[in-house]
Amino acid sequence: MLSYLFRRFGLACLVALSVSLLTFALLHFSIDPAIAIAGEDATSEDIELLRIAYGYDRPLWIQFGEWFLKALKGDFGVSPYFGLPVQTLILDRMSVTFTLGALSILFAIVFGVSLGVIAAISPNTWIDRISLTVGVFGQAIPNFWFSLLLIIIFAVQLQLVPVSGSESAASYILPTIVLGTNAIPPIMRLTRTGMLDTLSADYIRTAWAKGLSPGSVFFKHALRNAIIPVVAVSAIQAAHLLGGSIVVESVFALHGLGMLAYESILRSDIPTMQAVILIFSVFFIGFSALSDILNAYFDPRIRIQ
Amino acid sequence: MVQVQSKKNAEVEVSPSKIIRRRILAHKGIILGCFLLLIIILMAALAPVLAPHDPYHQVLLNRLKPPFWMTGGSWTHPLGTDHLGRDYLSRLMYGAQISLLIGLATALISGCIGVFLGLVAGYFGGRIDQLVMFLVTVKLSVPTILVALAVVQLVGGSLEVVILVLGMLLWHQFTVVTRSVTMQIRDMDYVTSARTIGLSAMRILFTEILPNISNQIIVVVTLTMASAIVIEAALSFLGVGIQPPLPSWGIMIAEGKEHIFFRPWLVLIPGTALLILVLGINLLGDGIRDVTVPGGRS
Repeated sequence: MLSYLFRRFGLACLVALSVSLLTFALLHFSIDPAIAIAGEDATSEDIELLRIAYGYDRPLWIQFGEWFLKALKGDFGVSPYFGLPVQTLILDRMSVTFTLGALSILFAIVFGVSLGVIAAISPNTWIDRISLTVGVFGQAIPNFWFSLLLIIIFAVQLQLVPVSGSESAASYILPTIVLGTNAIPPIMRLTRTGMLDTLSADYIRTAWAKGLSPGSVFFKHALRNAIIPVVAVSAIQAAHLLGGSIVVESVFALHGLGMLAYESILRSDIPTMQAVILIFSVFFIGFSALSDILNAYFDPRIRIQ
Repeated sequence: MVQVQSKKNAEVEVSPSKIIRRRILAHKGIILGCFLLLIIILMAALAPVLAPHDPYHQVLLNRLKPPFWMTGGSWTHPLGTDHLGRDYLSRLMYGAQISLLIGLATALISGCIGVFLGLVAGYFGGRIDQLVMFLVTVKLSVPTILVALAVVQLVGGSLEVVILVLGMLLWHQFTVVTRSVTMQIRDMDYVTSARTIGLSAMRILFTEILPNISNQIIVVVTLTMASAIVIEAALSFLGVGIQPPLPSWGIMIAEGKEHIFFRPWLVLIPGTALLILVLGINLLGDGIRDVTVPGGRS
């Protein structure tokens, strides 16, 4: 297990390095960063001065190396738009996004697992069909439109929750539902097939034969085994959620990392963009490594490969 | 006795394509998916003929008219008009063209990249496979929407840029699927014999292997189309994708958002169209996967 951990960690670092090199190069090829700072109506002499002042005249790989080494220490440079160190901006905004992410994955696990279990206990009934329909819709509905739909129903028509902002706890309710819904279908499907497989196993027949109550058979015996792959998939889904946060945070005007990314993109604020992209990908890499490690922990066959 | 025997033979000899055809007609998801998709395709294809008005024509005196089923609505503008007095139904129909174009073009670009990488990785294995899988892992770790937003905004949003950027960002599923199916069939007899008679590797990949994995690739085409359409709508909604006055459904939803308190249909109508399209594509894709699995799924 330890050697597996080391290999997985090494791979994660290599992937993180490649992703940041790739996105760094991509942004620098998309626009001349000196022009991005100077604005459209700057003279070419001004742009040249800025280019030298910010060091954009040096080869790309030197710029990348310098940025990456500083980023490792938590220094992402200064945001030309906000006029603040990027680090400060990120620390400011982080808690909103992480609260939202944690609430959403919790919401998705609670609903996904319950729907999956209910569907598996009564296969091919109307309950099963309803949960499959929820799965199909959850997968198809675009999250920005779903946000607006919930705003129309719950904030405008019923006036139960605030329309936007991150001032109160109530303003997290709708964003949590939207982000969590994206993660429900995979969790639900995996729980359902896992439960169906386990319920046909011999030890479940034994449990029934011993005269155990349905609650004990379903939850103590079946769900415990069926839930193993769900744990790993939830880690992956948690990583995907962060990507959706950019859209959902902008619709609900929650001042988190996603909103920061959106603002920096609209203002062509490259240092901030780069930092947020790096943080999002590091989280994705971390969560997918966590998912692999959980799988390897539960299933020893994976460790040897 | 003889009759029974011949009847059995006839059943055995049913061709695979006939079996699949039979399964398609029995699959509720495919039928529903095709129906939903057909609605949108007809909207897009018949837009020049059926659209009641020019989708770009502004009549400022005729702004924000409600759809026909509400008080104040009329059949001149069946779905009402937007904040600039443009006919909403016409914009919706031309918007269908944009979404379908984005889906198809993105799937084509990412399909070419992804299928090629997958074929090569699955067929040759070893170092090449490791390299390709590393690329896939790196791609998966790139936050798609964030990078798409950033690049499209920096380069400047337009239909072509959105298609190119999404094509570059959505190839990984093609690679993963193509690779694993290629691995399953690369040692089959017909591939081995092609190798034995001295066909080049590229020829084997494209004439022997590719035609035999097309079913699986079509499933990924549907998945990729659906994600491309949703991401385009999201980018345009955030004001970073396709630029107005083009009637992208994402733009229509963004413009309708300003009137969400009193005229929610401006958001509901284009969003429902988007949901129908994505739902149709997803159902069709899931269905194709079900019916082309050897042995079929219950």
